[in-house]
Amino acid sequence: MSGGVDSSVAAALLAEAGHDVTGVTLRLWGGVSDSGCCSVGDVEDARRVAAQLGVPHYVFDEADEFTARVVDPYVRAYDAGATPNPCVACNREMKFGRLLDRARLLGFDALATGHHARVRRGDDGVVRLLRAVDPGKDQSYVLVGLTQRELGDLRFPVGELTKAEVRARATAIGLRTADKPESMDVCFVARRDRVGFVEARMGARPGAVVDVAGREVGRHDGIARFTVGQRRGLGVAVGERQYVVDVDARSHVVTVGPPEALLRREIALDDVGFTHDRPAPDRLLGVQVRAHGSVTPAFLDGDVVRCLEPVARVAPGQVVALYDGPELVGGGFAR
Amino acid sequence: MPSSAPVPAYLDHAATTPVRPEVRAAMEPFLTESFGNPSGIHSVARRAKTALEEAREEIAAALGCRPGEVVVTGGGSEADNLAVIGAARMAARGGLPRRVVVSAVEHKAVSEAAHRLEPEGFSVRVVGVGADGILDLDDLAAALAEPVALVSVMLVNNEVGTIQPLEEIAGIVRSRAPGARLHTDAVQAVQWLDVAAAAAPADLVSVSGHKFGGPKGVGALVVRAGTEVEPQLVGGGQERGLRSGTVDVGAAVGLATALAVTAARRAEEVALIAALRDRFATGLAAVPGVVPTGDRSRVVAGNHHVRIEGVPAELLLLALDQDGVCAAAGSSCASGALEPSPVLAAMGMSRDAAREAVRFSFGYASTDADVDRALAVLPPLIARLRGGEARTAAGA
Repeated sequence: MSGGVDSSVAAALLAEAGHDVTGVTLRLWGGVSDSGCCSVGDVEDARRVAAQLGVPHYVFDEADEFTARVVDPYVRAYDAGATPNPCVACNREMKFGRLLDRARLLGFDALATGHHARVRRGDDGVVRLLRAVDPGKDQSYVLVGLTQRELGDLRFPVGELTKAEVRARATAIGLRTADKPESMDVCFVARRDRVGFVEARMGARPGAVVDVAGREVGRHDGIARFTVGQRRGLGVAVGERQYVVDVDARSHVVTVGPPEALLRREIALDDVGFTHDRPAPDRLLGVQVRAHGSVTPAFLDGDVVRCLEPVARVAPGQVVALYDGPELVGGGFAR
Repeated sequence: MPSSAPVPAYLDHAATTPVRPEVRAAMEPFLTESFGNPSGIHSVARRAKTALEEAREEIAAALGCRPGEVVVTGGGSEADNLAVIGAARMAARGGLPRRVVVSAVEHKAVSEAAHRLEPEGFSVRVVGVGADGILDLDDLAAALAEPVALVSVMLVNNEVGTIQPLEEIAGIVRSRAPGARLHTDAVQAVQWLDVAAAAAPADLVSVSGHKFGGPKGVGALVVRAGTEVEPQLVGGGQERGLRSGTVDVGAAVGLATALAVTAARRAEEVALIAALRDRFATGLAAVPGVVPTGDRSRVVAGNHHVRIEGVPAELLLLALDQDGVCAAAGSSCASGALEPSPVLAAMGMSRDAAREAVRFSFGYASTDADVDRALAVLPPLIARLRGGEARTAAGA
């Protein structure tokens, strides 16, 4: 229970359905933060909601583990010229890793969160992960990495509702979190200052900006400021519509080019995994490379996604989610 | 999940205790007919004033001071703040250097108060403890090589229950830093020790009502004649100008009654509680990998503090709660999450080991049934949680 409306309603729905519910809030970040999941006020909201529902509530201090498993890899990724997704790492490592293990250890039958997604157990015994009912709020993308090991014990009650229905439900029950705004940013980065956060930990890595032919067209103040596909903030004036097409962590060189220079038909993946079976190579899948990005048709050939049409290059480290219709079948990290 | 027992076994008396029936009875008139403000001049006020001054006499008798040396406060933290900040500032004003010495195992009400003085030029010297939790007297002597304004060492530690040798400590302070004020936080001591005697060498003594069957939100600071403190709450000048604000007369009466009842029953209660605690400790010792913290021969009768190897305290406490056993670990931050204990760190325990440390604390309300329940629940729970954590570590 983060103290937000989704996990509050998730707890309420389960308690209403007669389950023996226990609320847990993870204290993940001990540092400065201005959003999201770790402020005293948010924990208090979760505690009060649990009290209103008549269920016990506990706080787990996972700040050390969160730093080791999410924040440090996040900084290291930028240091390596990649673009990490800390929410995916947090889900894998913290919520559906340590917390799920602890829930099982404590004798609970299932772990529920406020994610907008759905799980369905088929007649074949396979548990499938589906997009949420509300397409605008679907969060299945950040659940890439879940497998049968986790899915059978997971419940996402609000994935069956639209966000409007979730808020209406919260209002109807009188939950104090009903009108709480959503947290949109990385929870441990204060003031949306990603660059400041990363550079305070790894130092700035200034270097050259070059065009696709390798000619230096400017200088930059640090590679952490750049993500492949980025257009703003390049600080160079070479024609129009220049995009970052590559970030070389070793030489600190940022390559910029016209939009055509970004186009690729293939996305090579690291750490590919599937919710159950690997889809057949001739199965037409949908590939999604951002949390609320569009879906492009593609086939999966080994560890390479082959798109039917050219797509903008995906930043290394970004999560690539593979869908079969509404079902998330797996994914990996762009190489 | 196993469902909670209707009445949990409450093994968290160091956190707080239930109000004694005699205390509640003594307080009740002040919620109804005896509502007067003791500062007034009419009959209703006079009754309140009389009750307050009688309570003060009782408090003074229990704490071994004169009534005029008792300042009624809004709890133990306030008493600690007033002592540390108030006495250090007055001592500095009287010409002593801006230097404060505190032990490494103080409650935050003392250590944070000391650090509050830093912006005004005070330095804070922290004196270490040994692995037994006892103050390092050589380090104390070293800290007193230069004159200091104030020394603060608690009488009984809130986490591990260690009793500090205040007599010896006072001897070192008097001989090496003659002008220094000595404060002792006796908040955890009253149930177990005759504070009048044990804290006699201190110039300033803090107590808190709710740790021995009194109400929450009331405490007292003994300020012995000759020791000056600067008030931290100013206004109407109550409590001889040292603590403004209308005194909660009922709470003061509750504190006085709790002190008197506790003193009268101390010997009997300590013997009973020690027997319960010892039976619990012996039973728990049968579980492998349960390591008592510090020197258990130097702790109060109600405290049992252990490290349970391989079992994170936050998991154990949750599972115990589900099984109807209330215990505690370390100190909680504002969010309610457990934070690694500075007390255990000062005793040389690693951060990882400290995460497996749990406090079971017994009090006047403890029963044999509490011990039975805890001993029935704990061994299988520890085994279950250990098995799982090993799996988690291997699978991570």
